[in-house]
Amino acid sequence: MTDIPNSFNLDGEPIPFEPGQTILQAALNSGHFIPHLCAHPEFKPHGSCKLCIVVVNDRTGASCTMKALPGLEVQSDTPDLNHRRRTLLQMLFVEGNHFCPGCEKSGNCQLQALAYDLEMFNDHFTHFFQPREVDASHPDFFLDRNRCIMCELCVRASRDLDGKTVFGLAGRGRDLHLVVNSASGKLGDSAFAKTDRAARVCPVGAILPKEVGFAKPIGERKYDETPISQLAFTCDWEG
Amino acid sequence: MNVRPPMKKLKVATTSLSGCFGCHMSLLDIDERLLELAKLVEFDRSPITDIKTCGPCDIALIEGAVCNSENVHVLRELRRNCKMLVAVGACAITGGLPAQRNQRDVGEILQRCYVDMPGAQGRVPDDPELPLLLDKVYPINEIVRVDYFIPGCPPSGDALWKYLTDLIGGRMPRLDYQSFRFD
Repeated sequence: MTDIPNSFNLDGEPIPFEPGQTILQAALNSGHFIPHLCAHPEFKPHGSCKLCIVVVNDRTGASCTMKALPGLEVQSDTPDLNHRRRTLLQMLFVEGNHFCPGCEKSGNCQLQALAYDLEMFNDHFTHFFQPREVDASHPDFFLDRNRCIMCELCVRASRDLDGKTVFGLAGRGRDLHLVVNSASGKLGDSAFAKTDRAARVCPVGAILPKEVGFAKPIGERKYDETPISQLAFTCDWEG
Repeated sequence: MNVRPPMKKLKVATTSLSGCFGCHMSLLDIDERLLELAKLVEFDRSPITDIKTCGPCDIALIEGAVCNSENVHVLRELRRNCKMLVAVGACAITGGLPAQRNQRDVGEILQRCYVDMPGAQGRVPDDPELPLLLDKVYPINEIVRVDYFIPGCPPSGDALWKYLTDLIGGRMPRLDYQSFRFD
């Protein structure tokens, strides 16, 4: 029996992979960007944001959860898929209260960076303007639910790496929101600490360190000069 | 410059609804290119000309969100009269800063500002000259159809110049990565 090489085609280019890797992992490892928000190399795939949508052998799926297999024909950077991604981003923007001009995370935010990269000129849909709670009870961190996109990265980081289970999601539909595991429901009363992995994993500005603000000015930040597609898989506050 | 002057000057209207005039400042920030722009277009209703009503125009540049009845009136007037409506800046596109009031009841806000705050005048202003506030602040595309959007808070002079010259030159307007900003 001949060995089939561990390689699949992404937009016509051969991508090598290790058995067990997902399509997204293999693509990023070989320097090919597929837009994603809820995926992170340290955590189990979640498959919820659907930004990493690809067409595999004529069927669509989330590349963060689909295992790479030899000989797959994967399409990612196509006008149709990028249009769908833009629509997903627009839905995320109108669902939360993403006020970029006043956000400390602006320029370091993955949601914003993907909107830049995919040229999202407007939000298209009717804004929800849903009231969401801000929690400033912790001495070192803000929790601003206005910007939360429910990717559960903090939930996964706190549970899987910190062993604390500080965060969780509660509610359904437009009432879905991030909750904190403490008697008062406040971050300040929870086991959350600034050294936690969960403190540095938020792709948007929902979990924000205090006393940082605009230390690095707008215009000199991570995604201000370079598109996220060229910076690929990095996600830390300092950038 | 890569724009051939049109046979007839295009007419441009601009307005700031519920905005800070930052986007208009950016328009002035195109500096000496204003002279080139003046060769291509003629301004109709605009804070630059101080004309108060809008005649038939080719391009309308709208800054600011829609927060009161006067904003709705002006926006609809511009939509009716202009072939191409362009939302300029974060407020026009997303509601921006004025929309930060949307999470609270407008009555509560007025009560707090004009009655309850220390030093407040004691009653909510009700002069019939004042336009009525809307329940929420709306991005302009939730009130009228919008043809183009220039993001930024404000968009830089260079971004406005690139976008406008693309529009006037009949090309699909694009912004380069550094000019495409939400902040």
